[in-house]
Amino acid sequence: MSEKQTFTGNRGLQLEEALIFEIGSFENCGVDLEDVPQVESRLGDCAAQGDIDLPGLSEPEAMRHFVRLSQKNHAIDAGLYPLGSCTMKHNPRLNEKMARLPGFADIHPLQPQSTVQGALELMDSLAHWLKTLTGMPEVALSPKAGAHGELCGMMAIRAAIEAKGELAARTRVLVPESAHGTNPATAALLGFKVDGIPADASGRVDLAAFKEKLGDDVAAIMLTNPNTCGLFERDIIEIADALHEAGGYFYCDGANFNAIVGRVRPGDLGVDAMHINLHKTFSTPHGGGGPGSGPTVLSERLAPFAPLPYVEKGEDGLRLVENNGDAAHNPFGRMVAFHGQMGMYVRALSYMMSHGADGLRQVAEDAVLNANYILASLKDVMSAPFEGPCMHEALFDDGWMKDTGIDTLDFAKAMIDEGYHPMTMYFPLVVHGAMLIEPTETESKAALDLFIATMRDLVRGAKEGEVERFKNAPELAPRRRLDETLAARSPVLRWQSPEAKQAAE
Amino acid sequence: MRYLPLTNADRQAMLANIGAADIDALFVDVPDAARRDGTVDLPRHQGEMQVERQLSAMAGKNMTASTVPFFCGAGAYKHHVPATVDHIIQRSEFLTSYTPYQPEITQGTLQYLFEFQTQVSELTGMPVANASMYDGSTATAEAVLMAHRVTRKSRAVLSGRLHPHYTAVIENLSEMGGFALAQPDMAPQGAEDLLALIDDDTSCVVVQNPDFFGNVTDFTTLAAAVQAKGCLLIVAVPEVVSLGLLKRPGDMGADIVTGEGQSIGGGLNFGGPYVGLFAARDKYIRQMPGRLCGETVDADGQRGFVLTLSTREQHIRRDKATSNICTNSGLCSLAFTAHMTLLGGKGMRQLAELNHARAVQLADALGAVKGVEVLTPAFFNEFSVKLPANAAQIVDALADKGVLGGVPVSRLAPHAGLDDVLVVAATEANTENDVAAFAAALTEVLS
Ligand SMILES: Cc1ncc(COP(=O)(O)O)c(C=O)c1O
Repeated sequence: MSEKQTFTGNRGLQLEEALIFEIGSFENCGVDLEDVPQVESRLGDCAAQGDIDLPGLSEPEAMRHFVRLSQKNHAIDAGLYPLGSCTMKHNPRLNEKMARLPGFADIHPLQPQSTVQGALELMDSLAHWLKTLTGMPEVALSPKAGAHGELCGMMAIRAAIEAKGELAARTRVLVPESAHGTNPATAALLGFKVDGIPADASGRVDLAAFKEKLGDDVAAIMLTNPNTCGLFERDIIEIADALHEAGGYFYCDGANFNAIVGRVRPGDLGVDAMHINLHKTFSTPHGGGGPGSGPTVLSERLAPFAPLPYVEKGEDGLRLVENNGDAAHNPFGRMVAFHGQMGMYVRALSYMMSHGADGLRQVAEDAVLNANYILASLKDVMSAPFEGPCMHEALFDDGWMKDTGIDTLDFAKAMIDEGYHPMTMYFPLVVHGAMLIEPTETESKAALDLFIATMRDLVRGAKEGEVERFKNAPELAPRRRLDETLAARSPVLRWQSPEAKQAAE
Repeated sequence: MRYLPLTNADRQAMLANIGAADIDALFVDVPDAARRDGTVDLPRHQGEMQVERQLSAMAGKNMTASTVPFFCGAGAYKHHVPATVDHIIQRSEFLTSYTPYQPEITQGTLQYLFEFQTQVSELTGMPVANASMYDGSTATAEAVLMAHRVTRKSRAVLSGRLHPHYTAVIENLSEMGGFALAQPDMAPQGAEDLLALIDDDTSCVVVQNPDFFGNVTDFTTLAAAVQAKGCLLIVAVPEVVSLGLLKRPGDMGADIVTGEGQSIGGGLNFGGPYVGLFAARDKYIRQMPGRLCGETVDADGQRGFVLTLSTREQHIRRDKATSNICTNSGLCSLAFTAHMTLLGGKGMRQLAELNHARAVQLADALGAVKGVEVLTPAFFNEFSVKLPANAAQIVDALADKGVLGGVPVSRLAPHAGLDDVLVVAATEANTENDVAAFAAALTEVLS
């Protein structure tokens, strides 16, 4: 590898790029706007004083700025992105094209319903697909992401408990220790006390410990299935039955639905509410952190409390029910302004229609097959904490690294130099130094074989004492390891001009 | 199937490698009662062309904003988005990336988030902004919860002129979280005595600028009075273009500013995805919800960016987190940043001026229609009119004539007793011909 120093700091196609505030100018503008008609201002006493202190860039400069930034990102379009629990699958471009049809993209959420019948039809179709795939009678489309869907489901549960007059009594929500952080955070937002359930030796809910915790004060369990160790909860029906017997409700975190879509219906497992991350299972792009969409399916027992708005069949076409008085049931309220993530609904439906019932079943099977192929191909050199086949993701711990002098973080950073985005690290918490690998069904066998060979070589290197390959990594990425402690100790959360900085000191 | 690379031969080879007899062997942990043979009752897979045909047919049934004189607002606005913006957000490296958990290979995302935070901070006049929330309504509800944490109190006072959906979202979260609210009745104009509603347990007062009816207000005096009572002032800004021309909430003394960023870089999209803006005073950073991007250096001393202060967040703090939010509106904040970068401060000002001028022309044109009264004395790009009949019916009649003429208050607040009030917005996307067509259609409908 060349050590050559360059004048610009660039390295061939890898270009350094400053902040807009350092390259733009206040005089520049990349948009040609019309002249402003002369009118008498009607801003009252609220008119701004002074200029807006933000630079602009001309169109070519702006394009270059953002394209250069983009080149510093890893992306699923560029390579394997095996982030466990995130389901980074291929994002079909047909979905993007469909979402941009003016009939979906250029309509206002509050224009007369008679002028948006096609949009309501799309929402209705999506609801039908989701209900059929999950075997659940109702769905709330509006939640904006997975965590928002959790909130929606738990709100429906809270409303049902309140309707039974048991709100004061049922204060506890059981959450397995392997759960994603959004689960306990959601329960706490609604005033519930979070009570952890340990995992058993097989990586699943400890059934005895769970039953021990059941009681009149339990409102719900929030259980992920397949769970965050990538395992199907074998006792799930027994868990649901015991919980229902005790008067509690079953919230299922559906982030991992990709493993079972088309093969298992959560409705057959005793689930009362489950969110579906359209940005995972149904291929809407994650966009570097959203937007997502988290439709939440509801059981017969919770359907009467489903939130506003929802689509129903009316006398002359479809009708969007937006206000309390107009609802036939007893909605618990509203999660969000307007009707949720229409742009994501279109993409998800486009994906479902493309795959069809047969293709979606194949999705689950291939996702599970790919993960098991990785598990089987690596478990002789890495340490898998649990026995048996996995579902859509393969979990390893850091047991095999003992005495190598490296840890999970080092291993992950060395993967970057090999051109891979690392797997999810240090999650789930029930496994020491966790490495959670989710390949998804959209990887070919050749891609998996190269990944496996790379991982095996890294493991060999670690075991043979190639410590620098790990401790110094990454060396070939746009940046070396970043100082997170510094970032948190004295937070710099916005750009400041050198003058402003100096004045502050 | 075009999205699946494995061939049947691959599948067989892989199963053999794993030592599984067939695919069912990998699903052994599924209880017998939940096993399904065969596919669910839904259509089979289809090619691009077939899918496109069906979805296009649905899309074709909708009346699109760009093809008619269009004046709907009420929290979602029709603006022109430069073509460059849509290209940038469709770059694979932005579109198909995840939350930047590995900063060394996601500097692209992290740098634009830092730029986004800076732009939002500058526009709102607040020292810090986060990396986005779901939308304006959830951002405002989270601001209320944050005020409760900061003050350790549990009651919020809401302006009666807050967007009714924002009110509903706050109401829902408050009721479920065991928090109280107070709110005066909704009225299109006139003074609101929010101070009188503050009691010992009140944490914050929430106002909106421009408010739901379009009124613009300088809240400087209110901010001081609210703070004197130990409460925080939260200002919600559902039309972010207004910040191009109005006094900034930060300069009025706001403690938390929330906003809907859809107008910059985003389309109407029938209500989502949008992007929530969230900005606050420095001293409250550690109580903020959502992700924050911060500057740092790498092992070679080069500047770089990371997600920071994550000890506030659910993945670290779990049930003690400041919010349960995880995925936010990343790509919409990129669209915002790209559009704002093209505009710059100067372009933003001119865009805002265009909006205001068009709205003034519209107010004059509608005010001249017999029986119509403009209710909003000071406004930005949106105002309310009182009609001589039911506004929802008039809007329907206008739609029949091919004019999308605003949002009747009764659509969002059916019990407010304001059935004759219509909220109308004009933006740079409207022409003078649109304004004339609206006035003419309204005249016809009313006669
Ligand atoms: C298991 C699990 N639950 C919940 C979530 C939260 O989903 P979202 O990020 O869409 O809010 C995630 C993803 O981040 C997850 O992996």
